[in-house]
Amino acid sequence: MDRRLFLKALTASACSAAAHPMMTTVTLAGSGGSAPLGDHRLVVVVLRGAMDGLDVVRPTGDALFAGYRPTLSPADGPDLTGYFSLNPLLSGLMPLWQAGQLGFVHATSTPYRDQRSHFDGQDILEAGTGLDVPDGAVRDGWLNRMLQAVPGLTAQTAFAIGTESAPVLYGPAPVSNWQPDLRLDLSSQSRLLLEHVYHDDPLFRDAAAEALMLTERLDRSAMESGMAGPKPDEGRLAEIDKLVDFAAARLREETRVAAFSLNGWDTHRNQAGGITAPLRRLERVVLRMAEQLGPQIWGKTVVLAMTEFGRTVAENGSKGTDHGTGGAMLMAGGALRGGRVLGAWPGLEEAALYDRRDLLPTTDVRAWAAWAMRGLYGFDRSLLETGIFPGLSMGDDPGLLI
Amino acid sequence: MTQDTTTAAFRFGYGLPLPAQAATEPASMLAALRGADAMASTYRGPRLDDLTDAMAGADANLRLSRRAKPPESEAARKEYRRAVAELETIALTAAKTTFARALDATDGMRERLVQFWADHFTTKARSRRDAPLPATFVEEAIRPFISDRFADMLRAVVQHPAMLGYLDQSLSFGPNSRVGQRRGRGLNENLARELLELHTLGSGYTQQDVTQMAELLTGLTMGKAGPTFDKRRAEPGAEIVLGQSYDGDTLETVFRALDDLAEHPQTAAHISHKLAVHFVADAPNADLVRAMTDAWRASGGDLLAVSEALLMHPAAWSPGQEKARQPYDFMVAALRALGLTGSDVMQMQDALFRRHILNPMATMGQPWQAPAGPDGWEEAPAAWITPEAMAARITWAMDIPQQLRTPLPEPEALMTRCLGANLGGRLAWVVPRSENIREAVGLVLASPEFNRR
Repeated sequence: MDRRLFLKALTASACSAAAHPMMTTVTLAGSGGSAPLGDHRLVVVVLRGAMDGLDVVRPTGDALFAGYRPTLSPADGPDLTGYFSLNPLLSGLMPLWQAGQLGFVHATSTPYRDQRSHFDGQDILEAGTGLDVPDGAVRDGWLNRMLQAVPGLTAQTAFAIGTESAPVLYGPAPVSNWQPDLRLDLSSQSRLLLEHVYHDDPLFRDAAAEALMLTERLDRSAMESGMAGPKPDEGRLAEIDKLVDFAAARLREETRVAAFSLNGWDTHRNQAGGITAPLRRLERVVLRMAEQLGPQIWGKTVVLAMTEFGRTVAENGSKGTDHGTGGAMLMAGGALRGGRVLGAWPGLEEAALYDRRDLLPTTDVRAWAAWAMRGLYGFDRSLLETGIFPGLSMGDDPGLLI
Repeated sequence: MTQDTTTAAFRFGYGLPLPAQAATEPASMLAALRGADAMASTYRGPRLDDLTDAMAGADANLRLSRRAKPPESEAARKEYRRAVAELETIALTAAKTTFARALDATDGMRERLVQFWADHFTTKARSRRDAPLPATFVEEAIRPFISDRFADMLRAVVQHPAMLGYLDQSLSFGPNSRVGQRRGRGLNENLARELLELHTLGSGYTQQDVTQMAELLTGLTMGKAGPTFDKRRAEPGAEIVLGQSYDGDTLETVFRALDDLAEHPQTAAHISHKLAVHFVADAPNADLVRAMTDAWRASGGDLLAVSEALLMHPAAWSPGQEKARQPYDFMVAALRALGLTGSDVMQMQDALFRRHILNPMATMGQPWQAPAGPDGWEEAPAAWITPEAMAARITWAMDIPQQLRTPLPEPEALMTRCLGANLGGRLAWVVPRSENIREAVGLVLASPEFNRR
C-alpha cells in the first residue's frame, strides 16, 4: 500500500490511537497548572499546492535569476537583504520586517524527494517524519505529537480552523475543530436523543459532541469579535478575516496552538496573475493576526507558514512553474527575532540545482519548526528529534526567538 | 428485508427504498451493467456540442466588448453575460440530471460507478463560462466506458477539453517543436504527472518518466474544432516511459503509451484497490483486491470483468457499514427516503435546488464538482464525519426535509423503509420518543446507520 492511502485510511482510527510509543509527557518551563503551555502562541499555516519560494523571496541579487524567469516578475518588490527582495504583493508586510517581526527561510524542504506529488508531500510535511519511518509507526501530525508531550491540556488548547482538514493536528491529543460559519439550532430533547443514537459509534459520537459544544461557544465569540458581513468586493479576504478573527479570539483566551490552511499555490500557468490572490491572502493572514491579537499577545506569538515543496527554478512553457524541491518558509510574530532570510543559500547555477531543475534544499523544514517550538515552550532537544520529529537532526541553534 | 438486499442498496447503490425492479443480487446487477443505459436516455445529459454556440458567443462578445466603444461594447457585454448565464443553467440542469438518474436508476451500481470514475478523473471548471464542461466530460468520456475497456476510457479522458484545460495540457509545448521554438514555449508536466500518479500507476515511476510522458503528450491540445493532435507542438524524437520507447509524433503513439499504462500490473493493482476501498472498506479484504486485480490483468483492463470480480466475491457482501456516505450519497439517499423522484428534482426551481441541496452539500464538505485538487474526494469516514460537517448534516436533517416534502413521512415507517436490516436498536428506541415529527425525521436522517454505507 502506498503511504498516502495508508495515511488516509488511518485517519479513521487516529482519534482512538494510543499515544506514540516514543512519546513521554514533560512539564514545560513557564507552564502553570491552568496554562500547561505557558503564555506563548504558535500558529501553523499549511500552504497547500506548493508555494513558489523563489517568487516570494526573490534572489534578485543573483544575475542568473532573471534569465530563468522571463515573465514571472513583472514588477520589482522591496529590498530585504540587498540580495533578496520581497514579492511586491507582500509589500504590506515590510513594516513587520523592519520591526524584526517577519523572517524567512530559503532553500528548505521536508525530507521528501523526487516524486513531487502534492499529496504525498503534504502527508510528509504534516506527519513530520522522514522517509525512513516504516508505514504505521507514525500516524499522527507533528503538532499533535507536541501536544501529546504536555500534560493537562484541554480540548481548547489547540484549534484546527477552517473547512480544510488539518492532518498536522491529527492524533490522540485533544484538539478542537471549527469552521466559523455554521449554526446548529436544536431542541434540548433532540440533543439528548442524538447523543443516545451516536453513543455506540465513536466516530459519530465524538464529532457530534464537539459540533454541539462548539456551536454555543462560536456564537458568543462571533458576537464578541463583532464580525461584520463580507464587503462585496473582497469576498475571499472576508473569508480569511473570519478564520483569523476566530483564531485570534481563541488565542486571546486559553488556546495556545492554532492551525489552518491556505490553498491555491499550484501555479502551473500564468503565475504572475495566479499567485496574486494566494499572496494577498497570506499577507492578510499575517497583518490581521497581528492586529487582532493586539501588541501584547502578538509579542508572545510565532506564525509559521510552510508548504509541501518548492517549484522549478525555471519558468515552464506556460508562464508558470512545475513541482520542485527546495522552497521557502515564512515566519512572523512579535516573539520572533526576524528581519533575516535564514538558511544556507545554494545558488542558482545549473550544477547547484537539485536534479538540475529545482532549488537545492539545504535545511530540513522540520528543524526550523523544532527550534521555534523549543524557543516557545522549552522542549528538550531529544524529545524534538525523536518523538515529535523522528529522525530529525536539528543542527545549530538559529536563535529564532527574542 | 434481507441483509443482502440492504447491503446491495447501501454498498452498491443509493440506499433504500429501492426503485421497482431494481437489481439486488450479483447476477442481475451484472446483467444490468451489461445492458442498455436506460437513465442516459430518460434524463439526457449535456454534450460538448450543446455548448459550442453559447461558448463561441461568449468568447466573441467578450472580445468585442473589449475592442468596441459604447454603446456597442455595452451591448456586447450584455450578450456575453447572457451566454455565460446560459452555460451556467446548462451546468445546473446537469447537476439535477445527476441526482435524477441516481434517484430513479434500477441499476444503482452504474450510477455509483460513474460517480467513482468521475472522481478518479477529477476535472473542474476554471471559469463560469466553463461551468458545464465537467458534466460533458462525465457524459462523454466517463459514462460510456464504465463497463468497457479502461484503456478506452483513458483515451477519451485525456482528449477531452475539460481534462486538457484542467491539467494544463493545452499549455504544454515540446521545447524543440516548431511552435515551441518559434514562441519560446516549453513543457507543462501537470497532466503527465497526474496521469501516472493518480490515473494509472499510483507509484513505481520516476521524475524522468513524468518528463518523458509530458514530452510524449505534447501535441495533444484543444484545436478550434475540438481536441486534436498538433504535430507542430509535439516534441520531436522518441520518448521512453517505464523503459518502453515510443517513437512517432502522432496521436497513435500517445494511444500506444496509454494502452500500455492501462494494462500495466501496477495500474491493475492501484485501481482495483481503490475500487475496493471506495465500495467496501478502507482496509479492504486482500483476497477481494487480488481477485479484482487478477480479473483486470486477465482481461486486459475490462472494467466489466473487474465489476464481476467485485460483486461475485463473498467479502463484498460482508455485513457492516464501514464507509461513510459522502454528502452527495447522503443527499440522494435522503431525497429517496423522503419519497422524491427524479422528475421531482428536475422540476425543482433552480434557486431552491441550490438552497436546499447544492449549498448544504458544500457546508457538509463537498461543494458540487469542486474537490480541492485532482485527487478528488477523500475516502476515509473521518474525513467526512467531522464536527463541522456533522453540524451541517444534523441541521439539514432537522430542517430541510419539511421544505421538500409536506406532509413529512411518518417517522417509524420511514425508519424501517430507508434502513432495512441496518436499523439499530438505539435509533428504533429514540424515534418514537422525539418531541415532534420534524425532529423524528431528523433523527433518522442524522443517525449513524443512515450516514454510513
